[in-house]
Amino acid sequence: MTSKKVTSIKGVQYAFMLIVVVAMATIPPGTAAGALTIEITQGEKSGIPIAAVPFRWHGTGNPPENLRGIVAADLHRSGRFELLPPADFLSRPSEVSEVRYKDWRLIKAEALVVGRITEKGPDRFEVSFQLLDVYRERVKVALRYTASADQLRQVAHQISDRIFYEMTGIKGAFDTRIAYVAMNITEENDRVYQLMIADSDGHNAQQILKTTNLPVLSPAWSPNGQWLAYVSFSDNRSGANVWLQDISTGSRRPVARFDGSASAPAWSPDGKSLALTVSAKGNTDIYVLGVSSGEMRRLTKHPAIDTEPAWSPDGRYLVFTSDRNGRPHIYRVSRNGGKAERLTREGKENAGASYDPIGNRIVLVTNRGQGAGYQIGVFYPESGRTDVLTDGTLDESPTFSPNGAMILYATRMGSEGVLAAVSADGRVRQVLKVTDGDVREPAWAASR
Amino acid sequence: MQRIWTILMVLFLGVTLAGCAASKKKGGTVEVEDATIGGTGAEVITDASASAVDSDDATAGEIITIDQDDADMDDPLGRRVVYFDFDSSNLTPEAQRVVEAHAQYLFNNPGMAVVLEGHADERGTREYNLALGERRANSVSEIFQAMGVAPDAIRTISYGEERPISMGQDESAWSLNRRVEILY
Repeated sequence: MTSKKVTSIKGVQYAFMLIVVVAMATIPPGTAAGALTIEITQGEKSGIPIAAVPFRWHGTGNPPENLRGIVAADLHRSGRFELLPPADFLSRPSEVSEVRYKDWRLIKAEALVVGRITEKGPDRFEVSFQLLDVYRERVKVALRYTASADQLRQVAHQISDRIFYEMTGIKGAFDTRIAYVAMNITEENDRVYQLMIADSDGHNAQQILKTTNLPVLSPAWSPNGQWLAYVSFSDNRSGANVWLQDISTGSRRPVARFDGSASAPAWSPDGKSLALTVSAKGNTDIYVLGVSSGEMRRLTKHPAIDTEPAWSPDGRYLVFTSDRNGRPHIYRVSRNGGKAERLTREGKENAGASYDPIGNRIVLVTNRGQGAGYQIGVFYPESGRTDVLTDGTLDESPTFSPNGAMILYATRMGSEGVLAAVSADGRVRQVLKVTDGDVREPAWAASR
Repeated sequence: MQRIWTILMVLFLGVTLAGCAASKKKGGTVEVEDATIGGTGAEVITDASASAVDSDDATAGEIITIDQDDADMDDPLGRRVVYFDFDSSNLTPEAQRVVEAHAQYLFNNPGMAVVLEGHADERGTREYNLALGERRANSVSEIFQAMGVAPDAIRTISYGEERPISMGQDESAWSLNRRVEILY
């Protein structure tokens, strides 16, 4: 865990310089890429003040994971908590019997997390934790886990999920997975694309596909988390196609053979259909494909570009990008087809839209004009308002967490692509540098 | 006069880069790996190991190379790349001249197959750019067909913003990346 550094920065203009320094200082050249987390906290401190005490270690040598660090990073990244600095703690309890509540009232903690890790045998650990209400002086949650060393990160995310739920009433989404694409250019000038799966914080990355000089983009998780649909190319002579890959077996197939190209897959909420973009004879439209039947149904028919379909959570509508009125904007169409309704009117361009899990908000890529470039925005269809959450110039591929509390997106750090997370209210942003190379196209799985 | 030199420089750059781009094209390979991640329970966690299965269905792509060493700058046939304005698939008069020259050549030499490869700059979403590259390739294809090139001889492929010629992040780089490559 030596490669993990957390830096709090107020004021975004200084963020970039510091990021570069931290990155160089923490990843020695030639070593395996370590996950690197950088926080960019905007505005004043806010959120629920919570104290998380380092988990006490009962075992030989050093503890295999820094559980407190993982939990604290999760909670902070959500934007809903203010993590109190351990240096201010007056005591370091590891369970409720050791807690003096006034120590925590003094530093204005509303909630307290204590825990311990006990070595039970070879590669066998017991983790216990308690979440305490400081003012009511009572235990809100007490849980115990048994795990091997390589499961401890997941245990920490489950602890974060439980704390998040107890404190906000919203289901946690830390113990979830993401997919993304990493691209590296070799010395021979080959472009190597890797389709990766990782924990929601970017750790435990696993490669599930590697291609050379054949781009990979637009990964999309099936609702049950078993399949990834994505766009790739089978050779240098064929256009883009949509592929389906079983995560557990690695077997993959093109969803269909098209006279032209197919891209932009989006699973229907019931997992039975894939909306996708098909380009044939120069016209790009949205189709719906029955995954098992192979039946294709055309949803839009317009000479303009129609692409990037995404389903509403109830499965009744799809939003998509179209330049039918000049610049790209977001439109909505019934799943049965018919006339498309324009949704976005603000900004110069809007694209890459998708719904939150409830269906009230749409996250998208927005260009406000005047050379502002592309940022991540949250669009409210009811009011037509867009809140811009980020300040990059080429931010793209936003994806809501399964609980709608966070958004993962792709941005640039210098000339390199990185993933970043922003709380849905835009208050906390964090760069997740998950591997070396150019990282893009994040997709957040709905279930683990 | 200054302007003419600038145009000539841009054209020369175009030819040079087109040559580089074409000769750099390489076969593509694919490797698939399995990634089982075990689920864990809230209270008791059972063993959840990741099994590893190699299922290599590598497909080699074809290598397309173009020799551009004797390209004549005055001859539009010597230029294999045409460029576009931002978010546009309309051909400039200059691009039109190049495309028509190739169309004429292909019309006179039936039996040759041509690949029209559409590309976009990095601005805008990747999927939109994939569609934009397709539309650019198609606007070249339309001229080819209008001038009598057999539709069966034409193949259009879009790589969107995935295969930039220039890695820079300014207009001078972007303008080189918004292109259609005429490959035969």
